[in-house]
Amino acid sequence: MFAYIIRRIFAAVVLLLVVSAVTFAIFFLLPRFAGETTDQLAAQYIGKNPSPEAIAAVKSNLGLDQPLYTQYWNFLKALVSGAEYKFGPEPATCHVPCFGYSFKNHLEVWPEMTSRIPVTISLAIGAAVLWLVSGVTTGVISALKPRSIFDRLSMGVALAGVSLPVFFTGALLLTLFSYEWPILDNLEYVDFTDDPLMWARNLILPWVSLAFLYSALYARLTRAGMLETMSEDYIRTARAKGLAERKVVVKHGLRSALTPIITIFGMDLGLLLGGALITEQVFSLKGVGQFAVQAISDNDLPKILGVTLLAAFFIVVCNLVVDLLYALVDPRVRLS
Amino acid sequence: MTDLNKTAADAVQDAPRNPAPAGDPFLSVRDLRVHFDTDDGLVRSVDGVSFDLHKGRTLGIVGESGSGKSVTSLAIMGLHRSKRAGITGEIRLDGEDLIAAGPDRVRQLRGRELAMIFQDPLTAMHPYYTVGQQIVEAYRVHHPQASKKQARARAVEMLDRVGIPQPDRRVDDYPHQFSGGMRQRAMIAMALVNDPSLLIADEPTTALDVTVQAQILDLIRDLQAEFGSAVIIITHDLGVVAELADDILVMYGGKCIERGPAETLFDAPEHPYTWGLLGSMPRLDRELQERLVPVKGTPPSLINVPSGCAFHPRCPYADLTGGRSSSELPVLTEAAPGHHAACHLPVAERHRIFAEEIAPRL
Amino acid sequence: MTDTQATEAAAIPSSTPADVREPLLKVTGLTRHFPIKGGLLRRQTGAVRAVDGIDFTVNAGETLGVVGESGCGKSTMGRLVTRLDEPTGGKIEFEGTDITHLGVGAMRPLRRDIQMIFQDPYSSLNPRHTVGTIVGAPFKLQDAVPEGGLKKAVQDLLELCGLSPEHYNRYPHEFSGGQRQRIGIARALALRPKMIVADEPVSALDVSIQAQVVNLLDDLQRELGLTYLIIAHDLSVVRHVSDRVAVMYLGKVVEIADRDSLYSGPMHPYTNALMSAVPVPDPRRRQQGGRERILLKGDVPSPINPPSGCRFRTRCWKAQDVCAAQEPPLATLKTGHQVACHFPERSEGNE
Repeated sequence: MFAYIIRRIFAAVVLLLVVSAVTFAIFFLLPRFAGETTDQLAAQYIGKNPSPEAIAAVKSNLGLDQPLYTQYWNFLKALVSGAEYKFGPEPATCHVPCFGYSFKNHLEVWPEMTSRIPVTISLAIGAAVLWLVSGVTTGVISALKPRSIFDRLSMGVALAGVSLPVFFTGALLLTLFSYEWPILDNLEYVDFTDDPLMWARNLILPWVSLAFLYSALYARLTRAGMLETMSEDYIRTARAKGLAERKVVVKHGLRSALTPIITIFGMDLGLLLGGALITEQVFSLKGVGQFAVQAISDNDLPKILGVTLLAAFFIVVCNLVVDLLYALVDPRVRLS
Repeated sequence: MTDLNKTAADAVQDAPRNPAPAGDPFLSVRDLRVHFDTDDGLVRSVDGVSFDLHKGRTLGIVGESGSGKSVTSLAIMGLHRSKRAGITGEIRLDGEDLIAAGPDRVRQLRGRELAMIFQDPLTAMHPYYTVGQQIVEAYRVHHPQASKKQARARAVEMLDRVGIPQPDRRVDDYPHQFSGGMRQRAMIAMALVNDPSLLIADEPTTALDVTVQAQILDLIRDLQAEFGSAVIIITHDLGVVAELADDILVMYGGKCIERGPAETLFDAPEHPYTWGLLGSMPRLDRELQERLVPVKGTPPSLINVPSGCAFHPRCPYADLTGGRSSSELPVLTEAAPGHHAACHLPVAERHRIFAEEIAPRL
Repeated sequence: MTDTQATEAAAIPSSTPADVREPLLKVTGLTRHFPIKGGLLRRQTGAVRAVDGIDFTVNAGETLGVVGESGCGKSTMGRLVTRLDEPTGGKIEFEGTDITHLGVGAMRPLRRDIQMIFQDPYSSLNPRHTVGTIVGAPFKLQDAVPEGGLKKAVQDLLELCGLSPEHYNRYPHEFSGGQRQRIGIARALALRPKMIVADEPVSALDVSIQAQVVNLLDDLQRELGLTYLIIAHDLSVVRHVSDRVAVMYLGKVVEIADRDSLYSGPMHPYTNALMSAVPVPDPRRRQQGGRERILLKGDVPSPINPPSGCRFRTRCWKAQDVCAAQEPPLATLKTGHQVACHFPERSEGNE
């Protein structure tokens, strides 16, 4: 088991390195394929109408004139040990982990990006709790009474949930509860540590609209998993012991039915932590997703690279946690 | 080897091993019907089955896939939950009708008075709980006052009783860490943890190897002798019933077509289907036959059971009934003491055919 | 081709000693180890020794039955012989040609000659194909155009296997288990193979249907001069179909003999235990004490770390020190009867 964990962590690190190399290659090669010269890249760090000398200086300071693999190596080195940049009058120290400076506002990428993380985590975790509880409950009840009115109704709603995009449900919720009946107006992100109540109040609409999409999916998954599990032989054995049906469902059925859900949940959560692009946009939340959208529309390569790596990091970590959880839940995985 | 067996068998022929007991039967099934309403039509899985079983005795229910043998056992256990299953008739356990009793009452009896072991012990045990946890759970449902420690001690005791080595250590193993034979032993321990009066074993050895099968059959026999419970063993294997059963019930197309004491049923089977079963299986205890004699055709669909005798399309002697076999449902009638068969052929005719055509081949 | 073969097979008197005939299939020292990886670097830490050095021959026109319990390696052996799996060591010769390590392309012509029948008639047929497509597939795979057209050839095969030619356009789900197994057999016969390897061909079928399929296999062997290698766990079925029988235990052949010799006088303790364990449909037998039965203790040891010397010694009631120290070779103790045991039963041949 210990060897397994070590191996998994090692694999995760390798995976992150690969992701960084690929994104690095894509984002630094693409502009050149599009015809942008290194001069133009360097020019983005200087004010308007830069002199050729200034460009050349910045270029060499940033290492843009070096071969790509040297640039990648420098990028990695900066990540772990920081770097010094000289594109202005004074040298700027880029702290560990150094993702470089933005092309647009010339700020360090990392601190700006990390300041967005609490918003995204609040959004993702809150929505995840909501959709897990509602989705799994609905799925279980539907599975226990297949073809009942509840089943048909909830599966109908679930279908709608899967098909309706967040920018529709989110906008609808905002219109209804912020403008039509202003129960929840002036939605501004408040840090949990400052005021938990306001934090929850102002996030409730984004949570609901995001959770609606996912709980629909989870309800369908849970229903399918539960229907399959309840026809297993060991469920019959549990009933043959004379266990009460509630115990059969919860202790024997649900535990097996939920195991595959863990895998999907890990992936979904990982993806969301890398930024819930649309939801953050709809509710004007300054999260990682909005940061990414901004970076892309600005063509701000260092930021894009940073946010891609952050997203990859969350996905890799979530998957690692899921696999370890899996081993915890299923002794067959743990003991083989 | 074969000759030796025959002489030994002849020597004990006159001593019935387990005489049929008097008094009220412990389990009495009357006209049991289990019908399922499916999209394709009404499936008559069990269609009028009756039998009695006394404590301390073993009933073997034999049949091929789709004969209704497993459906019968699940009906006795009250494990048909689908609303689409229509169950009628009487299942009296110690005088109490289980079909009329509410589901809660049947649940109380399940696991305490009625216990069951299943075909595949790997899928029949929950993969996430240790063997011990599963046995403890079975014990504590019906002994809520027992502490966890007592229940665990009981689980270890039962594992020891069914022959698991180092039970105090193996009790904490998961099912996948057991071998197939040990898993089935653990299943038996779980079924017997509450000293049930009726044990139903549904194909208990089909998933096991022969040498393990021999161990398990031996174990079931020993445990029954020790606890004196009634046992129903359900199988497709005539060899397995011959090992265990005192009485045998042969099912075909959802109906009981022959029922009688094990010795007479094997010595002088009455129904052409039983003849067919015996004739189609290769046997190690007989001279090698040049050719097996299969039953022609295939088992019937339970949605479209053939009219009259369900076996008539496959029966080589259907022509001898003057057309009755395809038009009239045969009823179980006593052909010899305690031995019933549902066949239109006159008893004398059956005995003649068996003596002249069937017996020499077996 | 088939006719001459059939007459050849028929012309050979069955009493001819096995070694005089030219073997169709010869297996020497066949081994298959499945590697187990473990530790931090996933290096190979051991191996499941599924098949661990077995020798046997199958002569043209005869049936060799292979029995053993689950995990003894009999199915792996079948997959090796048909080259569905790559042997770790040893040699497989078919009609004198070494086929041990032939690649997919080089195996292709041989696939005509060696065919396989599987256990599960439900999962071995593609549910989306008609019977005609399934049975005709081998012709297409081998680019063979049968005389009289494909459809005619398939219908002939169906008829040969006791199905109706009208079944040509039906789908597998419309058939019962026994009929599906017939479809599987028809497919195997399409290219007129010389040898058929059947892995548990009847064990998924109902008793009354088993006999139909066993008889069909019998008839086809007689008509087409086929050679069978039949792998099964059921000793009574194997006795019925085989000319010679090999008994496997933990990746080894422990006894191989002519059918009658084996069943009337098994010499290996394991074979004895196996035979005595088979339940017999005769309730009187258990009354007469029934305890001539040999009940083996415990379970089969792990094939990852098999016992030293004789692999059966841990469960054998006759085991001595020599059994742990020395592996008994497969030795001929009687004409056509080889046993790997230090203390074989009935070794004086007083049966």
